[in-house]
Amino acid sequence: MSNHLLSLLIWLPMAGAIPVLIAGARGSTSRWIALSVAVATFIASVFLLVAYRTDGPLMQLVESYPWIASLHVNYALGVDGISVALILLTTFVGVLVIVGAWDVIKDNKPHQYMAAMLVLEGLLVGVFCATDALLFYVFFEAMLIPMFILIGIWGGPRRVYATLKFFIYTFLGSIFMLIGLIYLYQKAGTFDMATLAALPLTMKEQTWLFFAFLIAFAIKIPMVPVHTWLPDAHVEAPTGGSVVLAAVMLKVGGYGFLRFSLPIVPDASAHYAWLVIVLSLIPIVYIGYVALVQEDMKKLVAYSSIAHMGFVTLGMFIVFMLVRDLHNFDAANLAMQGAVVQMMSHGFVSGAMFSCIGVMYDRLHTRRIADYGGMVNVMPWFAFFMVFFAMANVGLPGTSGFVGEFMVILASFSANPWIALVAAFTLIIGAGYTLWLIKRVIWGDVTSDKVAAMKDINGREAFVLGAFALAVLVIGVWPQPLVHLMGGSIDHLVHQLAISKT
Amino acid sequence: MHQLSTSILLIIVLAPLAGAVLAGFFGRQIGRAGAHTVTILGVGIACALSFVVLYQLVWGGAANYNQDIYTWFQIGKFHASIGFMIDRLSAMMMVVVTFVSLMVHIYTIGYMADDDGYTRFFSYIALFTFSMLMLVMSNNFMQLFFGWEAVGLVSYLLIGFYYKRPSAIAANLKAFLVNRVGDFGFVLGIGAVLYFLGTLDYQAAFDHAPSLVEQTLQITQHTHWSAATVIAVLLFIGAMGKSAQVPLHVWLPDSMEGPTPISALIHAATMVTAGIYMVARMSPIYELSTTALSLVLVIGATGAFFTGLIGIVQNDIKRVIAYSTLSQLGYMTAALGISAYAGAVYHLMTHAFFKALLFLGAGSVIIAMHHEQDMRYMGGLRKRMPITYLTMWIGSLALCGVPFFSGFYSKDAIIEAVGETHRWGATYAYYCVLFGALVTALYTFRLMHLTFHGKPRYKVVESHGHDHDVHVHHEPGVLSHPPKESPWVVTVPLILLAIPSLLIGYFTAGPMLYGTWFGKAIHVQEAHDVLAEMATHFHGAFRLGLEGFTGWPFVLVVLGFAITTYVYIFNPPMAGRIQRMLKPVYVVLDRKFWFDEVYQAVFARGGVKLGRMLWKAGDHTVIDGAIDGSASLVQRIASGMRRLQSGYLYHYAFAMILGLILLLGGFWWFGHV
Repeated sequence: MSNHLLSLLIWLPMAGAIPVLIAGARGSTSRWIALSVAVATFIASVFLLVAYRTDGPLMQLVESYPWIASLHVNYALGVDGISVALILLTTFVGVLVIVGAWDVIKDNKPHQYMAAMLVLEGLLVGVFCATDALLFYVFFEAMLIPMFILIGIWGGPRRVYATLKFFIYTFLGSIFMLIGLIYLYQKAGTFDMATLAALPLTMKEQTWLFFAFLIAFAIKIPMVPVHTWLPDAHVEAPTGGSVVLAAVMLKVGGYGFLRFSLPIVPDASAHYAWLVIVLSLIPIVYIGYVALVQEDMKKLVAYSSIAHMGFVTLGMFIVFMLVRDLHNFDAANLAMQGAVVQMMSHGFVSGAMFSCIGVMYDRLHTRRIADYGGMVNVMPWFAFFMVFFAMANVGLPGTSGFVGEFMVILASFSANPWIALVAAFTLIIGAGYTLWLIKRVIWGDVTSDKVAAMKDINGREAFVLGAFALAVLVIGVWPQPLVHLMGGSIDHLVHQLAISKT
Repeated sequence: MHQLSTSILLIIVLAPLAGAVLAGFFGRQIGRAGAHTVTILGVGIACALSFVVLYQLVWGGAANYNQDIYTWFQIGKFHASIGFMIDRLSAMMMVVVTFVSLMVHIYTIGYMADDDGYTRFFSYIALFTFSMLMLVMSNNFMQLFFGWEAVGLVSYLLIGFYYKRPSAIAANLKAFLVNRVGDFGFVLGIGAVLYFLGTLDYQAAFDHAPSLVEQTLQITQHTHWSAATVIAVLLFIGAMGKSAQVPLHVWLPDSMEGPTPISALIHAATMVTAGIYMVARMSPIYELSTTALSLVLVIGATGAFFTGLIGIVQNDIKRVIAYSTLSQLGYMTAALGISAYAGAVYHLMTHAFFKALLFLGAGSVIIAMHHEQDMRYMGGLRKRMPITYLTMWIGSLALCGVPFFSGFYSKDAIIEAVGETHRWGATYAYYCVLFGALVTALYTFRLMHLTFHGKPRYKVVESHGHDHDVHVHHEPGVLSHPPKESPWVVTVPLILLAIPSLLIGYFTAGPMLYGTWFGKAIHVQEAHDVLAEMATHFHGAFRLGLEGFTGWPFVLVVLGFAITTYVYIFNPPMAGRIQRMLKPVYVVLDRKFWFDEVYQAVFARGGVKLGRMLWKAGDHTVIDGAIDGSASLVQRIASGMRRLQSGYLYHYAFAMILGLILLLGGFWWFGHV
């Protein structure tokens, strides 16, 4: 069975969606089935963690079957340490969004909502363990569908605009990736990602491919200036949709850089690293200021996500300066670790922030900051969690938010102190927009009768927020297990990037 | 030589944390008494064991401790961990922190007796003790930063403790953000340490520190900065935030929005001295850059004099002491700047005692005045609260540096040492710290006179027992019952703090200031060691005290006492007349040199304006404009295309032929290139 663990992780939630749909909208049967499936998937992913050996081969738990034999396309799966971490994140969030939506979606086709979530979860796991580029592409595209449905059906008033913008943007990006992949297939005769990574390519070829991949993943992650779909999508998405979108789907962009841009076109990536670094530094400052003036809480957190994902791309591309110009492999490892830890941390922190906003939205049905105030008076436990996650968002040591940022800033200093200087600006502006939000929403006297009538979180909400808080705290207090899990894979990648392919 | 026990050190750190967790999460279950019992127990254990550790190090012959507890991350050769470095410097800090914290815990039972947030408050201050201990006991830069930020978090929570007050939640945001400006430099400093020294571990960094001399950081093609200067200045920016040095001092006076016990503990005795401690700890690095030290000296001395001046015109009793803290932090920083690290840390210790005493004394007055903090409505309290009065006099005399009091030994040493240094900026600094003594005397004795002497300026309107709510007073200076001495939980900590404020200087100045008490924990280059030079004419604390009566600082203190006594006791209308006479000076001081106004306009309002501009112009107009523009372009093309789909067969056939020609033409063309 352990030979098919990855398939199980992909197909269990997707197959589980069927009985959920059959159970129908009435009663809570469908929800219980969905929860059991999500929990089972999470448990299976814990088995994955146990089965993965950090001292083992690069790709583990490999599965490969011919899929489209005429094109040599395989249904090929495998994981390294980075994938394992991201799969765990996915299944963890998968459970929490189902618990989080328990009573919220009750009156509006809950079985379909739960089914869409499960399908999305399976597809996301698929993205993180596909080792065949076409299979990756299929999962990459397919996950747009359940997300499209989630926003389109359970979204806010401007959901049509938001879904279209979301779909067109990301679809446009992936078209370029597909063209790139087809070109690579022409050269290599296979979609096997390891083979593609070893394929020699001229600088010209690499440059075209680099930009094709850049467009695809820059939109997904998202980077300035192709980020504007994200705030709109978040604002209209239901809470669970926002949580998955921020916590896991954005990571797919970062993961794409790791699996495609960096290993397949390393020389072009090195040559244009400056561009990506600049595009990563701009959001840290520019988006920081934009986040400061948002009046909608979800928009604020969405912008904050963009700024935080800037650290991911910064960490990944600073690696090229470190290995190619300075031959500083330790600092390069630090940067890459920082980037991936930041992805994990952002998954937990942003998921938690959106869950918090969901808790408020369920009570007052508004996301405007001005409609809230003095929540600490009526919802002290909620205030505790919200302030905690805000501090994680600010990157306070002891929370996961600190670890990745700290690593990337330290490594950047070794590459170029000026880059570190701009990146470290997040310490100020990040605290500015996050804590100003907290000041207006949490602190102060109760601002309206509606707020005064709000009830503190119930056990279900406390479970969701508590689980997020635990993850944030554990990584913040002791990141070494996570670092160790991914260490071998990252070291391999970093050394791969030092070698020119031309 | 035996080792300190790791378990003891762990208990010291974890006992307050356990107290904080219990009081914080189970406050409702264990109740008020339960909350203060567990936290006091936790901090009490930490305090007792800290004394044990200090004893073992100083008299028990224990070796310095430097071990990792667990690995935080290991990436290549980079290593971050949680671990402890315990030498005399950190042991002294542990004792100061836990002792003052314990006093504040006990005091809080009385001060916060009527407050709804009682258990929350105990949880916070115990959490603070944990964080501060993590900071001072750290053996590496990562954990230092952890403690650094954790104390900042607790400070944020405590300044905003009365979260309904708009001024409190503005002050805590401001404090956090200003500190973050410092942390910005601090993080970069840590980045520089890792870059130049290749490690985050203190000991390894100090061992490699001499290699900094040959290293530089290229800024532009022709500009190179010395590595030691870069590291030292960046780390010092962090210290400027945490230790409230000009121009990042603006958050500290506002932090007085927090309850008085934490003003004593966090914003006077311990947290704000973290920056001083950090620089002293990093002395092997700072010793390599006289440029950085000169900067430290000038900033410290500026703060010592100018922020003290503001204290003279304040009417809120807590704010006077807050400005006094700014001024004293300036003294410590100036001491760092002349390589007199031991002097700085020594003043840190004496200051912790007498400043905590002054704050707690002020708190005692505030309780008696039913939470009135304006000194203009006080006066004549000396007979009503004798213990507070007496202990505050001890604290005041120590603060002014009157011979034989603890503050004398630490502060006079700093003034003299600055005077004997020939570093760039030392002359300016000397006049700042010397006349700072006069300023100190002016605001201190003014406070004592306005509060305790003269005739009462408050009115007592007996409320016939109807109004029990002491917090509500509609008119300033009108009390519902006359002030009385505070309960024993308040006065006992005052007495226990008064003892070291009075005596500790006399007994420790010899070894700690002029001896080699700190051992290798503090590193000073021989050529810089001004304290060692002064030690050659040190002949015991008693002689030093006697000589103090003939020194300039004491003359200035007496002058200050004479002026304030005349103005505030014998000729009260005089104060108003001076104020009118020196109107421009008064305005400058009353507006606090306009730091707040400028920061508010430039950074706060300017930031929001910039954000709005970027959002509207960038995201909306440029990016979405382009997108929506291209969308409408697509629409126009599409409607054009629609016309092409005419349904006529020959149209389609024509199009197909055209396409084929283009395709073939394309192949032919590219095939030939």
